[in-house]
Parts: sequence; C-alpha cells; structure tokens
Amino acid sequence: MLAALLLAAALGAWQLYTVVGSVDAFILPAPSDVAASLWEDRGLLWSNFTVTAREMGVGLLVSLVLGVALAVALHESRTARRAVYPLLIASQTIPVVLVAPLLVTWFGYGLTPKVAIVALVCFFPIVVPTLAALGGVDPGQRKLMATLGATRWQLLRHVEAPSALPALFVGARLAVAVGAIAAVLAETAGSESGLGHLMLQSIPQLETARAFAAVVVLSLFSLALYLGLTLAQQRLLPWAPLRPEGPTP
Amino acid sequence: MTLAGVSRTFGDVEALRDVSLEVPAGQVAALVGPSGCGKSTLLELVCGLQLPDAGTVAAPRAVLMPQGDQLLPWLGALDNAALALRIAGTGRDAARERARPVLAALGLDGFAAVRPAQLSGGMRQRVAFARTLLAGAPVLCLDEPFGALDAITRAEAQAWLQAALAAEPRTVLLVTHDVEEAVLLADRIVVLSPRPGRVVADLPVELPHPRAATDPGVIALRRRALERLR
Repeated sequence: MLAALLLAAALGAWQLYTVVGSVDAFILPAPSDVAASLWEDRGLLWSNFTVTAREMGVGLLVSLVLGVALAVALHESRTARRAVYPLLIASQTIPVVLVAPLLVTWFGYGLTPKVAIVALVCFFPIVVPTLAALGGVDPGQRKLMATLGATRWQLLRHVEAPSALPALFVGARLAVAVGAIAAVLAETAGSESGLGHLMLQSIPQLETARAFAAVVVLSLFSLALYLGLTLAQQRLLPWAPLRPEGPTP
Repeated sequence: MTLAGVSRTFGDVEALRDVSLEVPAGQVAALVGPSGCGKSTLLELVCGLQLPDAGTVAAPRAVLMPQGDQLLPWLGALDNAALALRIAGTGRDAARERARPVLAALGLDGFAAVRPAQLSGGMRQRVAFARTLLAGAPVLCLDEPFGALDAITRAEAQAWLQAALAAEPRTVLLVTHDVEEAVLLADRIVVLSPRPGRVVADLPVELPHPRAATDPGVIALRRRALERLR
C-alpha cells in the first residue's frame, strides 16, 4: 500500500516534469507515453518477454540445482570448502560485461550464453546463505541426532536440510532480483530477441517510451517471481514464519 | 551401569573428578548438584557422546534426552516422537504406527499433527520423552527434563513420568536441580559437589509410591539432601 502511494507520487512528479518542462519524449518519455507503449507494443513486448523469461527461468533453475549441490558438497567436506570457496568468491569478481560477449562467440546468439550468465550471477546468492544455514544448525539438535545414533546422511536429511530451507528461499529471492539484470546484460552482448535486445534497439530508434515499457515488464516479472517465492515459502514452510521484511502478497 | 574413577576436563575447566557410580538395572537415580558441577557431562559420558579423560564407563546403550526439548520445528508431534525410530531405520509409516500408542499413553492423542510451536511447554516435554522412550535403549539419561516448566505443569510432568516408568521400567539417570523432584521420582539421590563434580552423598529413597511433596518422609529426605548440597 505504502509502495503504491510512493510509486504514484513519483509517477505524478515525473509526469508533471515532462509536461511543464516540455522535455522531448525521446529524451524522457512521460509515464503516460510509457503506458501507451505498454498497450500499443504489447505484442512486441510479449514476444520478447517470453524469450527473457525463458532465459531467466532456465538460468535460475540451473543456478538453484548447482547452488544447492555445491552448498551440500562444501558443507560435507572441509577439503572442498578450503579448495573451492575461494574460487567461488573469485567467480563473482569475473566482470560479466566482458564474459558475456565471449560466451556469445563461443555459444552463439541462442539461449546457452544467457543461461550461463544468469546462472553465474545467481548461484552465488544461493550458495552462501544455504551453506551458512547448513552449518548453523542448533548444537542441541546435533546432540540429539548423535544420541539417537544418526549417520552423517541422516543428520543432513532430517535436520540440516530442513533447517536450511528458509535460507535457501532467501537466496532464491536474491537470485531473482539480480537474475533479471543478468539476463538483460547477456542479451545486450548479442541476441536477436528478448527485453534487453528490445531496449537496445528502441533507444537509437528514438522509441524511448518502448525501452521504458520493456523495463516495466521486466520489473513486474521480477516482482511476480519474488512474490511467488514468498507464497511458496508460506505454503511449504509454514513452520518458518516469514519476517515481513519484503513485499508480501 | 558402572562409572569407575571417571574424570573429565575441558581445557582449564575440570568438570568431573574421580566419579564412581554404580546403577543397577531398573533403578531411577537422581543426580543433584549446583549449576556447572558436571551433571550434563556425566550424562553425555554415559551416552557415549564424550569420552572420559580417566576412568571407565561401562553402560548398556543409553539415550540422552537433552536439555530443552530439541523438537524439530518442521515436524508434527507424532513425527517428532517417531524420529528415534526413523533414525534406527524404520520406515515412516511403521515408525508412526509404533509412536502413536506411546504418545497416546502420555495424553497426546489429538495432537499428532500439531507442530512444536503450537504445543505447550508441558506437551513438548511429553513428546520429547516419547521420542526418548522410542529410542529403545535400556538406559535413559534425562537432563533437567522439567527445568523450564512452571510449578503446576512440572507436578503434572512428574506424574506422567512416574506412570510411564511404572508401565515400562528402564534404568534412569535423572539430572535435576530440584531436590524435591529428586525425592519424589527417584529410588536414590546422588549429590554432586560444586565443580569439579565429585559424589559427596548417595542417599537411598526408601519411600513408597506415590509420594507427595508434603509427606513427612519426603520432607525429611529433602532436608538431608539439601544439607549435603551446602
């Protein structure tokens, strides 16, 4: 509710500025121009949106699988932690802007380089909180499992994995937020379609409102994914109350 | 169950010094002593969760009911109780079927699916005790099982523990800081000294069950135990 008021106020000020200040629409389109483009270009936006959504969806899925597998592996093996964790952090310093065009030359204009970029950016926020939560299990619960004679695997299966699930959701929400940027960035490095491609095309064509409309669509998609994850967490982990720190449906 | 000359030191802290104790099968032995006298350490030694620095521990399989109920928040009461069986390799449905009557005997019929957050403190202890029983070990090590309960709930808890042990006798080591609880529940009271813990008194409790806190015999024994604690 507060967010809606804030947004309305910002949009109102923006509209007023473009009208009163008589700014050219290709420099800064008014919110009404963006709204009009959202409607008029809906076919174009939709077809490009499905491309970006697919890149993000597959990329997030890959990062989720890799992230969870890596977190468990690092948790189980001190050697792996010492060998791989520094590399993991180093992987996040790879300038995606430089790697993206390289990946395009390797894999072409298709889905693969985008998925690779999204996965590269998204798996880190999944691994870190999940790994911390796997290791942060209440010592009392560990003692309990020890006295019941639990094996390493049973400890993971019955205690560590369930108690890490809320952290995994935190990581997934972070990943969704950065995943959109990653997908657009990957598209600008070389693509034939997608919202990032559309933004890149629209600006030299002086269709600035359309570029803004593409941003709006992307934001709404990220928000929807975020809310979907929050809903899923409420449904799947009712025992882990969500702190109302973010948008709730 | 026998401990002979057991000592245990953590860094600079000497938790237990030369503790010898023999508990025959089926006896309920209460361990009382001031905070930090190594009572919990003694239980963990008996359960094999720690090894002594000196001396020997000879015990049949013993299972610990740790301080605090340690129920898993994502499981309902039934699955929490059945956890002991699941860890022992029983399938989910079979474990539930075996845990159900144990929960029912503790008065938790209608609460099988209720998660710990929705249970009262007394109920949570019952689930934790059901889990401990279901582990199937001949020796139970109960670490301050009712320490966090209010007086009324605690009296109820003592009653169900007594009933459960009467129905299914086990050898029990009961750590408590409540001398009255020790007198009411145990066959014998072992008094430990302040750190490093040593056995300073070993008082048999030869009073018929059920015992009430107001029985003259209970009051007299409680006074004797408290004198030894000072």
